[in-house]
Amino acid sequence: MALKKRLIASLVLRDGVVVRSVEFRHTNVIHASASTAVDFFNRWAIDEIVVLDVSRDQTQRTRFYDVVERLSRKCFVPLTVGGWVTTVEEIRRLLRLGADKVTINTQACRTPAFVSEAARAFGAQCIVGAIDVRRGADGTPGVWADRGAEPTGWRAPEWARELERRGAGEIYLSSIDRDGGKHGYDLDLVRGVAKAVGIPVVAFGGAATFQHFVDGLVQGGADAVAAANMFHFTEQSTRRAKEHLRRCGIDVR
Amino acid sequence: MEPPADMVTVVDYGAGNLRSVVNALEALGHPSRVTDDPAALRDAPALILPGVGSFGEGMDRLRAHDLVAALTEEVLGRKKPYLGICLGLQFLATEGEEYGRHAGLGWIPGVTRRIEPGDPSVKVPHIGWNTVDTARPGTLLANLGEPPVFYFVHSYYFEPAPDARDAVSGTCDHGVTMAAVVERDNVFGVQFHPEKSQRAGLRVLENFLRLV
Repeated sequence: MALKKRLIASLVLRDGVVVRSVEFRHTNVIHASASTAVDFFNRWAIDEIVVLDVSRDQTQRTRFYDVVERLSRKCFVPLTVGGWVTTVEEIRRLLRLGADKVTINTQACRTPAFVSEAARAFGAQCIVGAIDVRRGADGTPGVWADRGAEPTGWRAPEWARELERRGAGEIYLSSIDRDGGKHGYDLDLVRGVAKAVGIPVVAFGGAATFQHFVDGLVQGGADAVAAANMFHFTEQSTRRAKEHLRRCGIDVR
Repeated sequence: MEPPADMVTVVDYGAGNLRSVVNALEALGHPSRVTDDPAALRDAPALILPGVGSFGEGMDRLRAHDLVAALTEEVLGRKKPYLGICLGLQFLATEGEEYGRHAGLGWIPGVTRRIEPGDPSVKVPHIGWNTVDTARPGTLLANLGEPPVFYFVHSYYFEPAPDARDAVSGTCDHGVTMAAVVERDNVFGVQFHPEKSQRAGLRVLENFLRLV
């Protein structure tokens, strides 16, 4: 009866190459070619791949389209694509290039009706509401737009509920504070959002050990756990991560 | 130039994720072409209709491309193998209930309706990897080993009319037991995404391609 818990690999791309992300700053190039990374994941047990374009220079967007198109040729698991998605036409374009789902983030914060419009056009299951969270001095889980540059005034659980109400089919929840920090997910944040909505929640930001995945799923109550950096640096990491999850009694593929 | 005799036609109606399906066919070494031209369906030996999107908008797009009559002629009239994926399965219904009521293709009596699990902890959309149980011997799930796991992403499902329940050859559970595989004569449908279900999914596509 059970839906399997998902293990997701995230690729953060800047100007068409895979970069390492620490607190949303992107410096080191990890793989010059994203398809090399996907080859790597395909052989093992990854359940889904998320590709995010964090380029600041939007004249580089065609490079991103090339990457998505090339990735989709080799990717026989779901491919979720996002970064700078602001129009229905852009979503249609990404789907045509081979994306299965598209994340909406900043444009949703600025124009929430865009989420409704996108869900109506493509179905809720195609629209992932991406939420970037930075905790305030008092610990408030604030939602930030524009890759962490623009505060929105929303708290994460309420914003997640609003995205769900507008038709998002899934929440991709990133902790800016935890990104690249290797201390595990912000479990209070994950739990708060997972409790607030009836749609699946993907936890991202901070996972560096296989146990962090278990914590995100069991303590955080996430439906899926995602990581970026650790998969690039740990040999056979996806297969071993699955083995660990299974040993911990979690139902995975 | 005549297309190869085993060329599968992937039907484009502007809302489906065609690329993944074409990529999967390519990985299996099977020739395919994509078209939105109703006339081009005539020389197609088999048809695949992938689907991402909502029922009403999808059917509107099929109609806008004049594809409904052409598909019906080729599949019901000329008995060509048809594989509907996700929305392409849901279209088989008499009507769909996503954002209002809309007429479907009506090839298999039934309704496409929203998943409404009794258990509030079961989330909708049904997104993720789930097990498919064989309901009766069929074509698509042959030689898969037990129990196959496939990738699903949908909020609606095809519920056959009482006299069409025999069309269901595979089911999955997500709060409710749903049709995951439908087969009747030359008409096939899968609610999951074989093109996104790694090895098990490619096997299902191979089983369909054997009919071509």
